Amino acid sequence: MLLQHAATAGAHPLSGTVASYVWLLPLLPLLGFVLNGLLSLASAYHAGPADPDTAHGAGGHAAHPAHDETGGGGHGDDHHPVARHRYASLVSLIGPGVLIAAFGLAFAIFLAMRGVGEMHAPFVQRYFAWMPVGDLLVDASFQLDQLSMVMVLIITGVGALIHLFSVGYMQDDPGYPRYFAYLNLFVFFMLVLVLGASYPILFIGWEGVGLCSYLLIGYWFSEKANSDAGKKAFIVNRIGDFGFLIAMFLLFANIGRLDFAGVNAAASQLPFGGVVVTAICLFLFLGCAGKSAQIPLYVWLPDAMAGPTPVSALIHAATMVTAGVYLIARSNVLFALAPAAGLTVVLIGALTAVFAASIGLKQWDIKKVLAYSTVSQLGYMFVGVGSGAYVAGVFHLMTHAFFKALLFLGSGSVIYAMHAAYHATHNHEDAQDMRNMGGLKKYMPITWVLMWAATLAIAGVPPFSGFFSKDEILGSLFLRANHSTLAEARWLGIPGSAIIYLAYVLGLAAAFMTAVYMTRMMLYTFHGPNRTGDREREHLREAPWIMTGPLVVLGVLSVFGGWFNLPALLPLGPVGALEHWLEPVVGQSALRITGGPIEATHGTEYALIGAAVVIALAGIALAFARLKPGALVPAAQAPAEHGFERVLANKYYVDEAYDAAVVEPVVGVSRGLLWRGVDVGLIDRLTRLLVQSKDDDAAVGSVPMGGWLTRAVGYLGSQFQSGRVGTYAWVLVVGVLFVLGAFSFR
Amino acid sequence: MLAESLFFSAVLFTIGVVGVLTRRNAIIVFMCVELMLNAVNLTFVAFAQVYGVAGQVFVFFVMTVAAAEAAVGLAIIIALFRHRQTVDLSNINLLKG
Repeated sequence: MLLQHAATAGAHPLSGTVASYVWLLPLLPLLGFVLNGLLSLASAYHAGPADPDTAHGAGGHAAHPAHDETGGGGHGDDHHPVARHRYASLVSLIGPGVLIAAFGLAFAIFLAMRGVGEMHAPFVQRYFAWMPVGDLLVDASFQLDQLSMVMVLIITGVGALIHLFSVGYMQDDPGYPRYFAYLNLFVFFMLVLVLGASYPILFIGWEGVGLCSYLLIGYWFSEKANSDAGKKAFIVNRIGDFGFLIAMFLLFANIGRLDFAGVNAAASQLPFGGVVVTAICLFLFLGCAGKSAQIPLYVWLPDAMAGPTPVSALIHAATMVTAGVYLIARSNVLFALAPAAGLTVVLIGALTAVFAASIGLKQWDIKKVLAYSTVSQLGYMFVGVGSGAYVAGVFHLMTHAFFKALLFLGSGSVIYAMHAAYHATHNHEDAQDMRNMGGLKKYMPITWVLMWAATLAIAGVPPFSGFFSKDEILGSLFLRANHSTLAEARWLGIPGSAIIYLAYVLGLAAAFMTAVYMTRMMLYTFHGPNRTGDREREHLREAPWIMTGPLVVLGVLSVFGGWFNLPALLPLGPVGALEHWLEPVVGQSALRITGGPIEATHGTEYALIGAAVVIALAGIALAFARLKPGALVPAAQAPAEHGFERVLANKYYVDEAYDAAVVEPVVGVSRGLLWRGVDVGLIDRLTRLLVQSKDDDAAVGSVPMGGWLTRAVGYLGSQFQSGRVGTYAWVLVVGVLFVLGAFSFR
Repeated sequence: MLAESLFFSAVLFTIGVVGVLTRRNAIIVFMCVELMLNAVNLTFVAFAQVYGVAGQVFVFFVMTVAAAEAAVGLAIIIALFRHRQTVDLSNINLLKG
C-alpha cells in the first residue's frame, strides 16, 4: 500500500533519491512500538499485573540501583520490583535502535536535499486517497521540505539521545517495554505531524502525540495524582483542538482545499487582513495555545511533569510542545495575510514568557522550574513566528530542543542520584525538591558542568546557542516595530507598533527573569552545602555512561548550536545557514510582512545585542548576589512563604481560579442536575412507572401496577413471532411484492 | 424466442413461490426453492442470448451454490426427521415469541 508511488512527484529533483523512502521515517518508530508493545503484552501474560510499581512517589520510580537482586526475574512485590524486566535487553535494543535508524535515514535524506541544491517546491509523496467525499479530497500523503526536514532531524536526533538516556533511567522499571512502546509511538505520531502534506494528516499526528503525552504523563498511573495530570493535559488540549478543527472547517468552506500546497496557492484569493483569514489564524492559534502551553491553556504543562523525566525532556520540552510553533511557521502564508492575528500571537507569547518566568522564580521542585521555563521559552518562539520572524522562531525551537532537553535530562540524572540515595537508606523525602539537594557538584561533576552550559545557553550568554536564537527573536521583533504590516495594523484599536514595543519590553523582562531563576536552580542544586542527609550522602554518585553520554552530545549542541544561524554581525562561521535553508518555505511571507528586506544600522544592532547580553549577565549576577544556598534548610523544615513570594509559589492561583470558574460548576451541574435531577429524578422514576413489576411495589416511590404499558406493547410484539416458517415466507413475499409495486407504479 | 423463455421462467418461478407458501412438507418446500432458482437460471440463459456470455457464466455460479445449499438443507431436514419423526413444517415452531 505504502509502496504505491503515484506520479505526482513528477520531475521533482528529489524523486528517485533516498528521499523516496520518506515513508520509512515514521514507519520505523511504529515498528518499534509494535514490537515493544507485543513484548509488553507477552510479559504481562507471563508475570501477571505486577506493573506498575505502586510504592513510591512520582518521578522517583526510575531507579533502584542499590537494590539487591534477590528477585531474579520472578514476581516483584509492591515495594521491590523485579531487578530488570525479563525482556529488558531486547527492548533496549529495539527502542533506541529504531530511532537511531530513523535518524540515519533522516540524515541521508538531508544530504540528498543539500545535494540537489535549490528546491523551491516541497517534495510531495501521495500514497492513497484517504477521504474522497464530495468536494473534499484528502490524500494520505507526506511532504518533505526544508522546514519539515529541520523538524525531522530534531525529532529523530534529540529523540534518539533521549531514548538512550531512558535505557539507563528506566532500567529497573517493571513496565520497561510499555514505556518504550509509548515513546516509540510518540515519535511515530510526531513524524506524521511534521511530514503530513495537509492539515488533516497533520491533525492525525497532532492528536496522536496528545494521546502519547497522556499515556506517558500517567505512566505511573497507580498514583492518582499522575493519572489526574494526564487527564488534565488531555482535556485542556481538547479546547485547543476545537480551535484547530474550526480553523480547518473555515479553510475548507472558504478555500476548498486542505493540503498545504493548495491552501498556500489559493490563500491569495482571501482579502488581506480580512475577517475570514484572521478568524482562521486565530482559531489555529487557539490550537497552538493548547498544544504549546500558552496563556490561557498553559496549565497542563507544569502538571505534566508527573511523567518520567526523559518524557518531560522529549515530549514536554523538545518536540511535542513545539508543534504549535511548527504549525504557525507551516501556515506562514495565512499568517502573513492576517496582521491582527500575528499581533495576538506576539502579545500572548510575550505575556506567557513573562508570566511563566515569574512563576519559575519561586518553584522548589527542580522539574517544575524547568516546566515553567519551557512555557516561557515557548512564549519566545511564538513572539518570533507571530511577528513574521519565522526563521528566528524555528531557530529558537531548535536551540531550545538542545538546551532544554539537556536541562531536563540533567535534572533526571540528579533525580536518579537523589532517588538512589534515598532508596538505599529507605528515606521517603522528596527526591525532586531543590531544598533537599545542594552541593551536588562534588558528587556529579559531569552533570554539573553540562547543566551550567545549558543554563548559560538558556540565559542568553554569548556564545552559547540560546544567545543567538533569543537575540534574533528580540532583535527582529524590535525592527518590525517600525515598518511592517504588523506595525501598521491595529489590534483592538491599539497601534501595532505599540504592541510590538510592549512585547519587546516584556521579552527583555522575561530574559532577565530567565537568567535569575536558572541561576537560582543551579545554585540550590549544585552549590553550597549538601542538604541530602548524612547517611544518604555517601550514596550520591554520577549516573552511568548510558545516561551521561547523551548529555555530553546535547551539551556540545547547546554550546555550539548558535552556529546553525549566525547573525551577519558576528561572522564566526557561515552566516545565516538556517535562514538560507528555510528561505524557500517562509521567505516570501516574511518579506510580505516586512515589506522588503529590513535595513538596520550596525549601531542599532549592536545596541540590541548589548542590551540582551547585559540583561542576561545582570540576572545571573543578581542571583549570585542575593541567593545564599548556605542559608537554605531541607524541605521538611522550610518556613512558609509570605506576600508576593507566596503568590508566585502558588503559581498566581491560576489552577484554583480555573477550578472555581470551570471545574466546580461542571462538576456541580453534573452532580446536582444531571445525576440527582435527570438520572435519579426523571429517568429512574419513569422507568419505575413503565417497567416495575408487582414485586417491586414495596420500593420507595413506586406506582402500583406500573409497567402495564411496557408489558402490553411487548405482548403485541411477541405475537408476530409465530415460529412458523410459512408465515415468515408469506410476510417476505408480501414485502417483496410491495417493494416491486412501489417501484412499478412510481 | 426471448419472450417465450421469459414467460416460461416466470411461470416456473410462480409455481415455486406458491409451492413454498402453501406446502407443509419440508422436502417439497425445498424442491420449490430449487424450482425458483432454476427459473432464474433460465432467465439468465435467455438474456445471455442478447447481452453476451456473462449470464451463462453466472448460471454456473448459481448451480454451484444451489448444490451446496441442497447438501446443507437436506442434511438439516434429515437431522430434523431423526429428532422429531416428522418433516411437517407446521409442527416445527420452537422459535416462537
